[in-house]
Amino acid sequence: MNGFPILSAMMLVPLLGAVVCLFASASSARKIALAATLVDFALGLVLWSQYRIGGDQWQFRESVALFQGFSWKLGIDGIALLLIELSVFLMPICIGASWKSVEKRVGEYMAAFLLMEMLIIGVFTAQDLFLFYIFFEAGLIPMYLIIGVWGGANRIYASYKFFLYTLLGSVLMLIAMLWMANDAGTTDIPTLMAYDFDPAAQKWLWLAFFASFAVKMPMWPVHTWLPDAHVQAPTAGSVLLAGVLLKMGGYGFIRFSLPMFPEASAQFAWLIFVLSMVAVIYTSLVALVQSDMKKLIAYSSVAHMAIVTVGLFAFNRQGLEGSMIVMLSHGFVSGALFLCVGIIYDRLHTREISRYGGLSINMPRYALFFMLFTMASVGLPGTSGFVGELLSLMGVYQVSSWVAAISGTGVILGAAYMLYLYRRVAFGDQKNADAAAMPDLDAREIAMVVALAIPVLWMGVYPESFLAPMRSDIAALEARVARAKPAGDARFLAGKPTIQTHAEHEGAE
Amino acid sequence: MDWGHVLRLIAPEQVLSLAGLALLLVAAWGGDKASRLITWAAVAMLAVSAVLVVPALCSGAEGADTLLFYGQLRVDAFAAYAKLLIYAAAGASLLVAPAFFDQAKAMRAEYPVLVLFATLGMGIMVSATDLISLYIGLEMNSLAAYVLAAFLRTDERSAEAGLKYFVLGALASGILLFGMSLVYGFAGTTSFDGIHAATTSGMNAGMIVAVTFVLAGLAFKISAVPFHMWTPDVYEGAPTPVTLFFASAPKVAAMALTMRVALDAFGAQVHVWQQIVIFAALASIIVGALGAIGQSNIKRLLAYSSINNVGFILIGLAAATPAGAAAMLTYLAIYVAMTVAGFVAVLMLKDENGDPVEAIADLAGLSRERRVLALCIAAVMFSLAGIPPLFGFWGKFVVFQAAVQAGLIPLAAIGIAASVIGAFYYLKVVKVMYFDEPVGKAWGKSDWVHQALLLIATLAISPLGYLATKCLASYADKAAAALFHLV
Repeated sequence: MNGFPILSAMMLVPLLGAVVCLFASASSARKIALAATLVDFALGLVLWSQYRIGGDQWQFRESVALFQGFSWKLGIDGIALLLIELSVFLMPICIGASWKSVEKRVGEYMAAFLLMEMLIIGVFTAQDLFLFYIFFEAGLIPMYLIIGVWGGANRIYASYKFFLYTLLGSVLMLIAMLWMANDAGTTDIPTLMAYDFDPAAQKWLWLAFFASFAVKMPMWPVHTWLPDAHVQAPTAGSVLLAGVLLKMGGYGFIRFSLPMFPEASAQFAWLIFVLSMVAVIYTSLVALVQSDMKKLIAYSSVAHMAIVTVGLFAFNRQGLEGSMIVMLSHGFVSGALFLCVGIIYDRLHTREISRYGGLSINMPRYALFFMLFTMASVGLPGTSGFVGELLSLMGVYQVSSWVAAISGTGVILGAAYMLYLYRRVAFGDQKNADAAAMPDLDAREIAMVVALAIPVLWMGVYPESFLAPMRSDIAALEARVARAKPAGDARFLAGKPTIQTHAEHEGAE
Repeated sequence: MDWGHVLRLIAPEQVLSLAGLALLLVAAWGGDKASRLITWAAVAMLAVSAVLVVPALCSGAEGADTLLFYGQLRVDAFAAYAKLLIYAAAGASLLVAPAFFDQAKAMRAEYPVLVLFATLGMGIMVSATDLISLYIGLEMNSLAAYVLAAFLRTDERSAEAGLKYFVLGALASGILLFGMSLVYGFAGTTSFDGIHAATTSGMNAGMIVAVTFVLAGLAFKISAVPFHMWTPDVYEGAPTPVTLFFASAPKVAAMALTMRVALDAFGAQVHVWQQIVIFAALASIIVGALGAIGQSNIKRLLAYSSINNVGFILIGLAAATPAGAAAMLTYLAIYVAMTVAGFVAVLMLKDENGDPVEAIADLAGLSRERRVLALCIAAVMFSLAGIPPLFGFWGKFVVFQAAVQAGLIPLAAIGIAASVIGAFYYLKVVKVMYFDEPVGKAWGKSDWVHQALLLIATLAISPLGYLATKCLASYADKAAAALFHLV
């Protein structure tokens, strides 16, 4: 693969697909979009197979000085690789999920999704500060249109909220980036990751980046756009939002906040912990009382993302690796859960939990897969959710046992609201005749849920496949932040063995 | 003085003035039947002038060689850059005119002639290095512009726009003249170099008053808050091709003039006017954004949007560095492209009788009836809002970069946060076009010239524009260097 610009190619394919879709008829637009995303998935597999674990930190580098002030500079490390794999994997499923349910303006819909894919890959591959910003922000436009045009009843409010919230968060980051580029004299991200900013300035820079990433993540209390956007977006839009877009915030923390501002990160770690603890408990409780399935899963996303943030700011390997695994796992699981909601929504056109019931009787296959993803969301051992949450909590336990204990309740509360949801939807009596008459999964739907079930189980049983590519990058990050590492309150040290020779002697006397 | 050299330097102005006079005669003899011919001839003359201007920009002309008429004019790379933008904008407003005025049965041969004379005045404005030549250029532009605003004589709104523009423009000129007279009184000279030299050791209170008045007069011309009130009314009332002209060419000219006055004449005492500019910039951004929210007419919306944009451009001036000046020039180029695209799109919004549609609510469902047009308007709106990857972002990026480099971080932070307010009303237009159900309006056919211009301008503000950043930056840097007399 030497010299072949595979990263640019992965961005070019969906871009071309988007342009063609814009002018294509409905049925051909669907096929073109599916073909483009599958080609990208194939390229993603090639990327994974060509990625040399333990090789250079930055691989597949490309650099063309195309623009004034910044350049077209791409490259990935293990962290970016996994997130790219997640994105290219979810995209064909997004297209599949909207195969039948989207009937109006199909060409534009598919074009928006393909554009989104291109921008997401851009975010994860950009090695130039401003190139990153452009991709990061540009995603607002297609997402605004996806929610606004193809969303539900209250879509306009949701689209505005999504756009303005995330824009306000991001513009402050732009000012911080301008300052950094001016101070460091470079826009190269790897260089900046090793550049030591003045700790006094770091504080402000960290806050500016936090403003952006916290909204994207989303963290409590700026999470309120998420339930609105999720509920109003079409199924595939929700999969995309939960599966990939939320990961941009976590990626931002890993790529920018932690390595570029380690001192400030340590200083503000408590802010993150407090917000995350509130989020875990508060949003879990809110999820418990939702009557709308999508809203419930949206709130559960906020709770899961809080586990990601506590893990990230644990400043140790377990925490960082755990956060990455939670992000990947959440990408598959929440995507799958939204898909499960979408499948029954397509049949009954309601997301009210009380309108369903006893689906395990008439839709046994559906109930099986829904159960699997519910368990993965809860964090049952053997599924991906367990690995990530366990590692994250182990990581943060070394920093603060209290934070770990309180965040750990998220797992219990998660079990509560997810199992409660599952009981109401799948078990019990078939209260509603129309719900009882729904047919089970068809071939297209089975293909999608099976595709999602494979990585969930794989990651749960053998997480090494996902840990290996990012191991050295996480180690580098850990070494970078080590100097600001906070002292933990619960570090177990093996005690020195004391020789008890006197005891016998004294006892004898 | 070597007259050959002088005539070569002012060749563009000669072409425009002679062409204007000649075409006026053609108009007088040929009548309105010849108006289309005259329009095309005027566009051709603008193109010739533009070609004559290019060498000065490419060679980065500056220094003593560029001074003309004993220091009245400076034909340097900065002037050349501004002139190219002005000619392009004037050409666009000429090209779109026949189709519009034919519909209203009001195409008159004077229109292109007036635009040519206004353009000539603007050329003098951007080259002026003396208060006297500055005023001559400004009035030459303004007098033509007053007539243009009232060009649809039978339309009440147009007549009102002309009158309003005239009265307020005259007031602004008065304020400017008063400030200039004070400057002359305290500095003892009207030449920019002389004023610069007289103020190097400091400014007394009288001079500060003078600076304030001069900047207030110029703020009227660039429609910066708090001297912006005429803008929405005039933009709404004037015929749309004229609005396109007002929003682009004279804005560039007045902004370039303001840069020369502030950075050259008053450049020795930056701190005196920096606060004024910072206030005007932030006030323009915020008032422009808030004012636009309640608008239901798309021309008024674009008027507020232009006030908003002026605020962003002024942030570059507040930086008072060569990088800031280059950033302003870059922004102006992008602004011209966005304005042309925006108003040409407005021109294309016609119902089946060919009558203009200006109410934003009537755009509902445009994305289904006229997909390309809706896509272009959406691109303009996102670009004006400064959302990447559209090219409007680049303009904001460079001015904020200049502000951060100059240490004005609070200004940059407030300005960029306020840009989110602006995003709200740009989104509203997109929302109406894409999210709302169609109202069953029939849309009329568009002129091919309009379509071509819209396509070109939209391509310029599309992400493809980033490929031009290197070239744009090199010319803007040359122009800014000439402004600062740097080698």
